[in-house]
Amino acid sequence: MAEWSGLHSSTSRHTMDKSITLPPDEIFRNLENAKRFAIDIGGSLTKLAYYSTVQHKVAKVRSFDHATKEATSDELYEISVQEEVTARLHFIKFENAYIETCLDFVRDHLVNTDTKVIKATGGGAHKFKELIERKLGLRVDKEDEMTCLIKGCNFVLRNIPHEAFVYAKHADSEFRFQTTQPDIFPYLLVNIGSGVSIVKVESEDKFERIGGSSIGGGTFWGLGALLTKTKRFDELLQLASKGQHTSVDMLVKDIYGGSYGSLGLTGDLIASSFGKSATADKGFPKEDMAKSLLHMISNDIGQLACLYAKLHNLSRVYFGGFFIRGHPVTMHTITYSINFFTKGEVQALFLRHEGYLGAIGAFLKGAEEDNPNQYSWGENYAGSSGLMSVSPDMNPMQRARSGTFDMLEMDRLERKLVNLPLLQDASSYIPDTVDLAEDALAREYWLYCFEEALDGVVKRALASQPDMPEAAERAEKFRQKYRHKLQTLRHQPFAYGSLTVRSLLDTREHCLNEFNFPDPYSKIKQRENDMALKYYQKVVKSLEELSWEERQFALIRGVLAGNVFDWGAKAVSDVLESEPEFGFEQAKRKLEERPWLVDSYDQWFERLKGPPHKCALFFVDNSGLDIILGVMPFVRELLSRGTEVVLASNSAPALNDVTNGELQILTESIAAMDPVIQAGLREDRLTLVQSGSSSPCLDLSRLDKVLAMVVRERKTDLVIIEGMGRAIHTNYYAMLSCESLKMAVIKNSWLADRLGGKLFSVVFKYEVPAAGHDSEALTPP
Amino acid sequence: MKLLAVIETSAPLSSLYHIMPSFPWFGMDIGGTLVKLVYFEPKDITAEEEQEEVENLKSIRRYLTSNTAYGKTGIRDVHLELQDLTLCGRTGNLHFIRFPTHDLPAFLQMGRNKHFSSLHTTLCATGGGAYKFESDFRTMADLQLHKLDELDCLIRGVLYIDSVVSSGPSECYYFENPTDPDRCIQKPYTLENPYPLLLVNIGSGVSILAVYSETNYKRVTGTSLGGGTFLGLCCLLTGCSTFEEALEMASQGESTRVDKLVRDIYGGNYERFGLPGWAVASSFGNMMSKDKRESVSKEDLARATLVTITNNIGSITRMCALNENIERVVFVGNFLRVNTLSMKLLAYAMDYWSKGQLKALFLQHEGYFGAVGALLELLHPA
Repeated sequence: MAEWSGLHSSTSRHTMDKSITLPPDEIFRNLENAKRFAIDIGGSLTKLAYYSTVQHKVAKVRSFDHATKEATSDELYEISVQEEVTARLHFIKFENAYIETCLDFVRDHLVNTDTKVIKATGGGAHKFKELIERKLGLRVDKEDEMTCLIKGCNFVLRNIPHEAFVYAKHADSEFRFQTTQPDIFPYLLVNIGSGVSIVKVESEDKFERIGGSSIGGGTFWGLGALLTKTKRFDELLQLASKGQHTSVDMLVKDIYGGSYGSLGLTGDLIASSFGKSATADKGFPKEDMAKSLLHMISNDIGQLACLYAKLHNLSRVYFGGFFIRGHPVTMHTITYSINFFTKGEVQALFLRHEGYLGAIGAFLKGAEEDNPNQYSWGENYAGSSGLMSVSPDMNPMQRARSGTFDMLEMDRLERKLVNLPLLQDASSYIPDTVDLAEDALAREYWLYCFEEALDGVVKRALASQPDMPEAAERAEKFRQKYRHKLQTLRHQPFAYGSLTVRSLLDTREHCLNEFNFPDPYSKIKQRENDMALKYYQKVVKSLEELSWEERQFALIRGVLAGNVFDWGAKAVSDVLESEPEFGFEQAKRKLEERPWLVDSYDQWFERLKGPPHKCALFFVDNSGLDIILGVMPFVRELLSRGTEVVLASNSAPALNDVTNGELQILTESIAAMDPVIQAGLREDRLTLVQSGSSSPCLDLSRLDKVLAMVVRERKTDLVIIEGMGRAIHTNYYAMLSCESLKMAVIKNSWLADRLGGKLFSVVFKYEVPAAGHDSEALTPP
Repeated sequence: MKLLAVIETSAPLSSLYHIMPSFPWFGMDIGGTLVKLVYFEPKDITAEEEQEEVENLKSIRRYLTSNTAYGKTGIRDVHLELQDLTLCGRTGNLHFIRFPTHDLPAFLQMGRNKHFSSLHTTLCATGGGAYKFESDFRTMADLQLHKLDELDCLIRGVLYIDSVVSSGPSECYYFENPTDPDRCIQKPYTLENPYPLLLVNIGSGVSILAVYSETNYKRVTGTSLGGGTFLGLCCLLTGCSTFEEALEMASQGESTRVDKLVRDIYGGNYERFGLPGWAVASSFGNMMSKDKRESVSKEDLARATLVTITNNIGSITRMCALNENIERVVFVGNFLRVNTLSMKLLAYAMDYWSKGQLKALFLQHEGYFGAVGALLELLHPA
């Protein structure tokens, strides 16, 4: 039940901090345009939510007019940095002690709002109602706590990858994140506040409290305070984590002398909680009593949760509430209990943003007219604090440094994101190849690698905005922010879900955007695109001269050679910086000779002798030589074979990856030189779509809805994924329900080493789904 | 595995006792907190028999039947005594005796002093203590224990006692109108055709069994929040030292000063979820507040402990009944001894939360069924 009731006593301890000054750049950002406020006031923490628009710079490309083209320059297109307004959700969590300061701050910075109402939930909403109304001049509109909680829970499960995790105290990585499920329903939410509510959620609007228990966090706190004379909840947990329950509890072995074998009850099981405290005359250490109490309550809740899960046949059980929130101790005991009672059949799941659910839900209630659920949202790593950022258990330093403010920011994405329909099993798809949280060596290497590369990125960002004098200051801020993120991840690899090369890259992109460096590689991309276009016809011509057999191989080598041009790879960017003349032919010479590290070219070649594919979906990688001299001739060949082609490129910039905007212009200009491409476009056999992503990697479970639609309509039967980010760091093990081709050049010697290859080794992976798999759905049994 | 255990231990016995075992007839259940002992006192002893009866045996019989208390802590529950019972062709009275498990050494010492071992009897014992103290029985009192599974004994005992009690207060009873305190009264219940049945044994801990026949049952689950938890917490919270003391305090206290109720949070019912205002939202929830901690009495704390433990057993039981699709629940175990408060609470909880679907039943001989089952094993090996 309610998490808050009567917990106010804990707030007084921070009175001395009440006069803190809030740094406006870091906390309560973008208040000027804030609207739709919501607040969730719990027993000790307040969560404030608001919707705001963020004005930030985006890089746009625009084709030069043909008439004026000659006059201006040889460039194909112009790059402009424009202001764009995007929607962002801000959530800030702070201790109740700061509430007055925070409300004052909000009032002082609120400029352009026509908001009249603030949605409120949580028990403290009543207590602070008058204060909020007086300070903000907004009418407090109370929303049902459980409804908010469920709404918030649905929202995070749907929009935040790696939201849910399993906690394993003794594993290498304590947090094991779950992949987003295509269907989040049904699930059980066990909310452990002062009491326990067990809610079955069947759809967005359908949920039911199927049960509960009065033995919850309030019992631990209240009974714990009586037994140990310790007043604060987290101190009680501290005590518990140091105690030995075996002196207080009666174990099976205390009764049996050993195990109760015939029932499979081991000797160490608790037969009777506090069973020894009746017979012993001596007092017990506080720690031991707290530990016994913690076990008693956690086991009891776990048992009830299991009984309800079984009765309602549910296997996904999420735990939340103040008893759980950010406390590894209780996550561990609950996990243990669930394992015990279900013999491992059900896993206890926890949520990264559990503390924000009520605030998110209250906000969503207030924003219903904007229909926020029709959009997809993305966690902004630059603006979010990450899991356990203020947990004193996990990170005592952090608490001292950043106060007790924890933040979550979510960006509204332009389009709704969905699964690629061609995934063999969407529910078990994991984009990332290596979980760095579980692989200490890889983690160390990549964190080091990204830190090493930081200077270069800062330099590149600065160079992209030569006319802006304040760019240097922003670039420096970017450097600090990203370095801080890397440091955080070093200590808390779990801060933003699974730590992967992709998340490190995405975090960097988020930080760059945060400081208005929307496209540091725009100029490089432009130069390379212009240069590559000049060679296009020559490349095509030399390919035409080859025999069919030779051409097939040359086309693949071309794609691979093009893929060498990756500014994200240090080994390449060093070469490109020092040898401006480094070109397509040089790149070909760098390539490993066959047999490649992963080489299924022979199978691919055999396949080409067969009937053409109906439609190929090609996830492209870099600008310049890669897309123009590598990919396009290959596309041309596919079109000539009678295969339709869908080119999927990034919606927004990341490194030197070609964006959808750039690709539109490039394709048009290639079409002007090449009748095959031109016919393809005209006859709608060559389609350009945006992937919905702005990452150098690729998450096939979060793609633009239009892409999914096109893929379905065209009966796509071949998926081509190109590049290290998309085909090795991610999707290397992705199983598709149609034929697939994963092509990349390994441009990182550490990774090459690890895969048993060397720098510029080639991965060419052609896969055909196991026979019968894709026909299962089509043929009736 | 369970079945094997029973066969292993009973095989030698069945060959020994084709004929009636020699006196004395005991059945013993050594639990985590209490030792329960049933003793069959033959009343049909012939003069001849009396002549042959060894002095030891006489002295034991006299000692047990002429006292109602033994040492400081041993007690005979006279009101439970079953008279004129026929067992194995002999007629007599069945006596029910209990003492704390921590006084077992004194009991063994007494057995040694009275040369119990010279009677060449095998003591049938169940409960965890039969395993834990087996070697003590041997070394301290030269007694060989015949160990029996406690759940087998429990079920056998329940079914037996229910079948033999015909006069006096009905063995099985329930509470009529459990949701109306003024009209709530104890009523006899006939437990014929008892299966399927949920049997909830509340000792130091709790075991919940689904019983489909005398030999077909399974342990559904259990909880460590049982009688031992009630007493243990009461001792820590109030300084009391006995179950009776704790119950006495509980009867005088008010749990609503300790617990946070739904109405304390919502001002009344929580309509959205159909929760009545009087329901407990958080056990001991008011104790989060310093002021309230300072204003409660020991009696309030004892009452809250009792209510918390009892309601929790009720919740788990109800879920098990639903999962197993069983509508009748029999509560046994010594936690319910002289504990009408808990029984009524359980009756209420079963009835209210199941909307009348579940019936809570109780048995007069609450905690003694394991010991009775052990005695039966001596007379009629399974």
